[in-house]
Amino acid sequence: MDSAVLGKDAVRAALPENRALSSLLAWNTTAVLDAKYHLKELTVTIARDEIRGACQAVKNAGYNFLEDVTCVDWYPSEPRFQVTYHILSHGLKDRVRLISPVESIDPSIDSITSIWPSANYYEREVWDLFGVRFHGHPELRRIMMPEEWDGHPLRKDYPVEGYR
Amino acid sequence: MPARPELAQFVETSTLIKPRPEEGAKDRTMVLNMGPQHPSTHGVLRLVIEIDGETVLKVVPDIGYLHTGIEKTCEAKFYQQVVPMTDRIDYLCPMTNNLAYCLAIETLLQLEIPDRAQWLRVLLNELTRLNSHLVWLGTHAMDIGALTVFLYCFREREDILRIFEHVSGQRMMTSYFRVGGLALEPPLDFFDRVKAFIKRMPEKIDEYENLLTGNPIFVNRLKGVGHLSAEDAIALGVTGPPLRASGVDWDLRRDMPYSSYEKFQFNVPVSNDCDVWARYVVRIQEMRESVKIVEQALAGMPEGAITANAPHVVLPDREKMKTQMESLIYHFKIVTEGFTVPAGQVYQAVESPRGEMGYFAVSDGTAKPYRVHMRNPSFATLQALQTMCEGRLIADVVAVIGSIDIVLGEIDR
Repeated sequence: MDSAVLGKDAVRAALPENRALSSLLAWNTTAVLDAKYHLKELTVTIARDEIRGACQAVKNAGYNFLEDVTCVDWYPSEPRFQVTYHILSHGLKDRVRLISPVESIDPSIDSITSIWPSANYYEREVWDLFGVRFHGHPELRRIMMPEEWDGHPLRKDYPVEGYR
Repeated sequence: MPARPELAQFVETSTLIKPRPEEGAKDRTMVLNMGPQHPSTHGVLRLVIEIDGETVLKVVPDIGYLHTGIEKTCEAKFYQQVVPMTDRIDYLCPMTNNLAYCLAIETLLQLEIPDRAQWLRVLLNELTRLNSHLVWLGTHAMDIGALTVFLYCFREREDILRIFEHVSGQRMMTSYFRVGGLALEPPLDFFDRVKAFIKRMPEKIDEYENLLTGNPIFVNRLKGVGHLSAEDAIALGVTGPPLRASGVDWDLRRDMPYSSYEKFQFNVPVSNDCDVWARYVVRIQEMRESVKIVEQALAGMPEGAITANAPHVVLPDREKMKTQMESLIYHFKIVTEGFTVPAGQVYQAVESPRGEMGYFAVSDGTAKPYRVHMRNPSFATLQALQTMCEGRLIADVVAVIGSIDIVLGEIDR
């Protein structure tokens, strides 16, 4: 069985060659809260306020393509939202997952549209379906649901069959 | 002043919009609503287009008309019940979606999939790619005005759908893959039918090319239209054939292989022309490569089991279930309470006919997925529409939409 490697230092020791992790640690060690290597996938936890800098650091390390931005709702535990970024490197043929914990008292995080314009739709989708705001997003409107919709359907406290 | 003020406001507040070429131009521009019911938008895509004469200034896609909340529904289903949902995301390549989902869950379960199942998955995925590209070619040519090609393409597509029906019992919503392998051993004459079909496919592709590649009307409508540079394509999240037509040599089947794609020899067609024509050429060449992969899969198909050795995940053989107590118990448990998946998060990307189809699955250790998210190629590629259409004629918008090969079911989910 493939067991998980937990903690920044342990993952650093297990993956000394990994450019994403080393560049993130070189950029700002305190903003990197945690790291995990499980099922051959690297997950790095970034402090909420530093996500834009982290994305820039990863991009500078050669991870050139933003695949996806999404969110996981861990209701009722806190921090409730896990905003998740999948970033791919065409050159290194490697992928890194950045996650950022967001508290439910202020569900918001910096937008990364200035780094990857493709984040525009992904972040709109997260806002629409989870209600996480993105600071600095050029056009934070609903994208799937109608403009006048109440609530954010992918939250765990939203019933599957909707409100009736 | 546009006839419908709310449309004007929609354009005004949107972002994909760049500054106007000149001040005062607003007086002579017009807002045109295209879709959601429009034959060339391939579904229920609505475009709000600001035009100056026939020149497009802005294109703002308005999506969500087909939103069915599949991601939410997945959270209320057992892991094995999600497979049929994945068909419905992209109704032109159900097998690709089945594969991506099954691979993600199999990674979480750390299952070993037998070679035969992996090769059959590759074979069916390439047939799916042919199927999807045939629909793309037919509808794209029809949008341009070449009606004949549509019927030719659907003739071959019908053959593929018959093969799918033969193997899975369903033409379009196949749901043939299972977590842990395949639903059933393929029927006896399945390989012969695929062989017969794949033997005549190259000459059919020649036939489409005879109708289109040298056709001056078709060429003039496509060449130089919808320019998308490699930098823009990467910045806007474009994947698949449009990315390769912009000169980026990237194919997940070759570069991050899954389901034993590393055992197959094929070329990845790339073009540096960056226009609609390049996307046409890349896809046509991809069809020829898919034929090669299917031939290799037929020639080297390994023998053996089609499901992993994991009785707590894979439903037992029907005959065993009726005769053996242990199989009966496993069957009962899987059907009534599902199977649990160890906690973890996994992202599995596969090369769908439209680009990178990624499944992000989060498990909390129960029998239902905590979260399933799909990263959809068309959803991202749609963001590049403004870049490709800006400054072009309104008739070119139709050509560009055809060239990015969108499926609205997958965009809206």
